[in-house]
Amino acid sequence: MTDAVPLPPPEARPAGAPPSPHLSARIAARRRGRHRAEARFRLYGLAALALCVVALAVLLASLLLTGLSAFRQTHLRLEVEIAPQHLDPARPQAGDYGAMLRAALEARFPEATSRADRRRLHALLSGGAEEDLRRMVVADPSLIGTRQRLWLLAGTDVDMAVKTGLPRVARQIAEGAGVRLSERQLEWLERLSREGDLALRWNSRFFTAGDSRDPERVGVLGGLVGSLLTLLVCLALALPVGVAAAVYLEEFAPRNRFTALIEVNIANLAAVPSIVFGLLGLAVFLNVFGMPRSAPLVGGAVLALLSLPIIIIAARAALRAVPPSVREAALALGASPMQVVTHHVLPLAMPGILTGTILALANALGETAPLLMIGMVAFIVDIPGDILSPATVLPVQIYMWASGAERGFVEKTAAGILVLLAFMLSMNAVAILMRRRVERRW
Amino acid sequence: MPLPSAGAPGTLGEPLMAARGVNVFYGAKQALRGVSLDIRRGEVLALIGPSGCGKSTFLRCLNRMNDVVEGARVEGEIRLEGQDIYGPEMDVVLLRARVGMVAQKPNPFPKSVYDNVAYGPRIHGLTSSRAELDALVERSLRDAALWDEVKDRLREPGTSLSGGQQQRLCIARAIAVSPDVLLMDEPCSAIDPIATERIEMLIEQLRQRYAIVIVTHNMQQAARISQRTAYFHLGEMLEIGPTHEVFTAARSEKARDYISGRFG
Repeated sequence: MTDAVPLPPPEARPAGAPPSPHLSARIAARRRGRHRAEARFRLYGLAALALCVVALAVLLASLLLTGLSAFRQTHLRLEVEIAPQHLDPARPQAGDYGAMLRAALEARFPEATSRADRRRLHALLSGGAEEDLRRMVVADPSLIGTRQRLWLLAGTDVDMAVKTGLPRVARQIAEGAGVRLSERQLEWLERLSREGDLALRWNSRFFTAGDSRDPERVGVLGGLVGSLLTLLVCLALALPVGVAAAVYLEEFAPRNRFTALIEVNIANLAAVPSIVFGLLGLAVFLNVFGMPRSAPLVGGAVLALLSLPIIIIAARAALRAVPPSVREAALALGASPMQVVTHHVLPLAMPGILTGTILALANALGETAPLLMIGMVAFIVDIPGDILSPATVLPVQIYMWASGAERGFVEKTAAGILVLLAFMLSMNAVAILMRRRVERRW
Repeated sequence: MPLPSAGAPGTLGEPLMAARGVNVFYGAKQALRGVSLDIRRGEVLALIGPSGCGKSTFLRCLNRMNDVVEGARVEGEIRLEGQDIYGPEMDVVLLRARVGMVAQKPNPFPKSVYDNVAYGPRIHGLTSSRAELDALVERSLRDAALWDEVKDRLREPGTSLSGGQQQRLCIARAIAVSPDVLLMDEPCSAIDPIATERIEMLIEQLRQRYAIVIVTHNMQQAARISQRTAYFHLGEMLEIGPTHEVFTAARSEKARDYISGRFG
């Protein structure tokens, strides 16, 4: 800088004035201590945050490690003759497709002649393979009488062995560890593998099927649709009732002992263990009103009871956050109290109400205990079609798989949790998008 | 029925609004004691006095905005063209349509400039067609001396305007309802001197059509824009009369002290 003016020397302290107390050694040491405490305080926060992130990462990693393999399923490739003697061309759905598959297996491995060997051979394929073949032929009857090279769903023991790795399974068999595969079966698998007829293929069944007793045949769609229907019922019941209650309490109700009592009870209701609501649902919805068991209607009603206090509390907080000046302005223009609410207060509170509702719904989505009480824990293979048909929900489905005896259910459990998490995340994403839209519409 | 006139002798005919012996309580605390005054068409009545003297409270009695305050109780009598506004016959919605209010802090709705002004006419059904509503919005914005500044920004949010513009928007919003009385609670306290001047000019023009009651802390403002001034002190109205009389020859010592700046 060319035209910098030098600063004048600092002004001298007037004679007799005491030196600034802030420069003394004692106060300087104190200040240093304050800065150290500040740094420590930040460190605690950072450490807490790191702990959360690590815990989340571990959880996700373990789920991915266990669950990702469930999205691929072992298939065998066999040449199948869709022999006309096993079915009636007029009614292809009634054919004996199991016989065709057994014939295909025996043709591929003619050395299996004893009854025990043949039983072991048949166990390589899942019952799902028969189902797939039937569906294929029903869809396209021109296949009857032809020979097809098909990828067929393998049984769970085969699937587990392939996912563990065949050499390792061979070692385990040699060591006499409890493996559910016999030496003969392993030999056949090794041969199929050498010939390129054994592969892990994308498991689309997991997204299109309902529950099953066989872990290789299960799918999440039943639970997914059940959860969706249940949440829709819950939303349809809880949101209008919750918002109406919150609006009345916040905008219209007089402040007296009665409303204070109601407020306290709503807060308490939010803390009631969810199983209690399940018992209530059992006693009232099922036993008094005679609603169907295991139905999303009842599940949604129970979850609505559970979500109501949360929605009311969130909605009241959102309503309270609307500046009073907006209400005054509308009232002063001659708006009636209802117009003040519907034209001004509710639109402004909507983002907050939606956030609270989504939180409550996300909570409800993960709720298991109350749904067990109303029978949503039943084994249901069909995908529920409406809110009255028997259904289960994702978390209950996961719980049932987790308690399944077969080893094949372990990966399905983890995969089910991944689907549940994805469902929740997409629900929250939709909520955020909705919120943005509502917010922009001033 | 005609009421006996209170305060300075009226020169402008029958009062549009008349308050007699108004007491206001917030819970057990009495905020106003026996206030009586008249509000007339064609004049600006300024309410002055130190903070907490009850002038805003009185203003809020005139359109019953105190109704929404928890524990507020109003005694006495306030009449609008002879009808008791606290009587059982009175429809508060009608009262507030006829007695408009502009708040201390500009409080436009978080809606567009157009919708802010159109809101009142819409809820009261004052217009029957879109074109009529457009014309009313334009007229109100012109009357509030805001039209030229916002005519190209009608779709923008009212909250995006400057503080002074927002306050004029609130005035436009209030006069779009065609009130008879316009209440203003320190309308210039939150805006800068230039915007204040514009609003004072605006008030002078609006006086032709509306009775205006304005609360102000600014003595010069009261002197500039009002025809009559009432001085409030600790919930009592100590003085009322033509502004020049109150400012030059107040009867009460407290009013003289306040006006000359000795306290307040």
